[in-house]
Amino acid sequence: MFGLSMAAGLLVTLKNLTKKPFTVQYPEERVKQHPRFRGEEFVWYEERCTGCASCAKYCPLGIIKIETSPSETLPQQGDKYRLEVFDIQIFRCMFCGLCVEACPYDALFMGSGFEQGQYSRKEMVIGIDDLRHADKKPSTYLRPQLESANYDPRSGKPLDWKDVGRESWDWHLKEKAGMRLARPTPPDYAGGPQAQEESNTSERTGGETKFGGPA
Amino acid sequence: MSLRTEPMTVNVGPQHPSTHGVFRLRITFDGEEIVEVEPVFGYLHRGTEKLAEERNYVQIVTLTDRLDYVSSMINNQAYCLGVEKLLGVEPPPRAKYMRTIAAELQRVASHLMGIGFFLQDLGTLGTPLMYCFRMREKILDLFEMLCGARITVSYMRPGGVLDDAPAEFWPALDAFLEGFPSEFGEIEQLVLENEIVMVRTRGVSTLPLDVAINGSVSGPVLRASGLAWDWRKMDPYDAYADVEFDVPVAAGGDNYDRFWVRMQEVHQSIRIVRQCIQQIEPGPVRLALPLVLRPKPGAEAYGRVEASKGELAFYLVSDGGVSPYRMKIRSPSLINLTVTEHLLVGWKLADMIVTLGSMDINMGEVDR
Repeated sequence: MFGLSMAAGLLVTLKNLTKKPFTVQYPEERVKQHPRFRGEEFVWYEERCTGCASCAKYCPLGIIKIETSPSETLPQQGDKYRLEVFDIQIFRCMFCGLCVEACPYDALFMGSGFEQGQYSRKEMVIGIDDLRHADKKPSTYLRPQLESANYDPRSGKPLDWKDVGRESWDWHLKEKAGMRLARPTPPDYAGGPQAQEESNTSERTGGETKFGGPA
Repeated sequence: MSLRTEPMTVNVGPQHPSTHGVFRLRITFDGEEIVEVEPVFGYLHRGTEKLAEERNYVQIVTLTDRLDYVSSMINNQAYCLGVEKLLGVEPPPRAKYMRTIAAELQRVASHLMGIGFFLQDLGTLGTPLMYCFRMREKILDLFEMLCGARITVSYMRPGGVLDDAPAEFWPALDAFLEGFPSEFGEIEQLVLENEIVMVRTRGVSTLPLDVAINGSVSGPVLRASGLAWDWRKMDPYDAYADVEFDVPVAAGGDNYDRFWVRMQEVHQSIRIVRQCIQQIEPGPVRLALPLVLRPKPGAEAYGRVEASKGELAFYLVSDGGVSPYRMKIRSPSLINLTVTEHLLVGWKLADMIVTLGSMDINMGEVDR
């Protein structure tokens, strides 16, 4: 009968009329943001960063600029390159997270912000000082150690560099003292036991592949 | 007495809200009847294929997100399957299931957009579209849990997926699957049997099967014309060989059939996701591949999936370097557009936008 299905359709709209709205009034209310959210204001730990520039090499857009200089102390004494420039052109960033994936030392994390708007492009370049003083609330994106600690960047406390690593920050001291023989591997990350061995070292960024390369 | 009439050429688009992106149709009308159609595209051309030649194999994943931007997961999947074939590796079983779950959720989201905009083009003024968006929003929330982004997901990687799902994902997915059928049932109750929808779309812009095959049309548009052709069945990839699902087929090939096929496919996708949840087993989700991949020189591969719009494929050629020598994208929307003339000529102005909506094209994919 003509019109019957239209009445059935109207019933649906009537039912939805009485429902609470699904939308939220944004600036006042916010939807829940998940801990893995890839946002801006990158979280960077200078203490963990060696200046290897893996992130800069791996960025699909090439918007990370790193300049380093060798320091006077010898590397054997525990020193590293001195970072002079660490610029992220955040206005070109697409937040794909590949820089975080490439970082072998857990020094770079995605942030959780999304409300950075500026009037000029110059202000949209995050410099080394901005990174130093940014809120240290890292996203758990690709960082299973934060996820297993149930960290939520929107509600959690700022994290110190000692707390964010894949392993405890003083593993080398413990190893020297003979307390631990093997470096721990994070559970459920990047494959089985062999995979973890491979992926846990800085060789992850290296050029040698298993697939032969040019003959 | 007869009036002398002249054909009139009208440009629809490229900035028209109903063209689903920056797409232009040059249409010659005789009165209200369409006598000539010329689709003009290229307004959204970003040179993805060329950009891919200077990026490494993982970086290209971020480019594939931006092809068909309402089904990024499936684009990722097609590309990653191609690279895996190129390397000769196979992802771990859990990764295959994660991919299947993500791709099927994305197919639901994409079809919801297709259904919603099709109805919007029919003149339903937003109500079904908003219902569709409401459901899609929940899927995007699940994606945010999985990978931290909603649209440009970059979730899959050659050799698996980015990361395993967080603990909160599985209860959220269960809750979504529980609520979804009744919500989707509302849409069905609202429009599937609606007389106005039927009268406007039944028998309009029919696409005969021989024309569809001749034009290499794929996806729901082809299945609406009566051929059960689905790469998930014909050449199962990832976990599709282990799940049961039906391929909905209609016979008429008209606007209503294309719409109906999409509605039925949503049910099948949900069915696949449910089976995947039951079958998935713990394990690694990603092969330990180096960050920079170097396939053998001269290797070629063709990664093909059934995307929400049809057959999406990436043809990759390697010269042994860190980036592909050539990446050719076979995008379903572009190829489905080749039958536009068959669909539109002879029909009226009022059906033109509806027909375009029923084809569910995405300009990000047409222009690349």
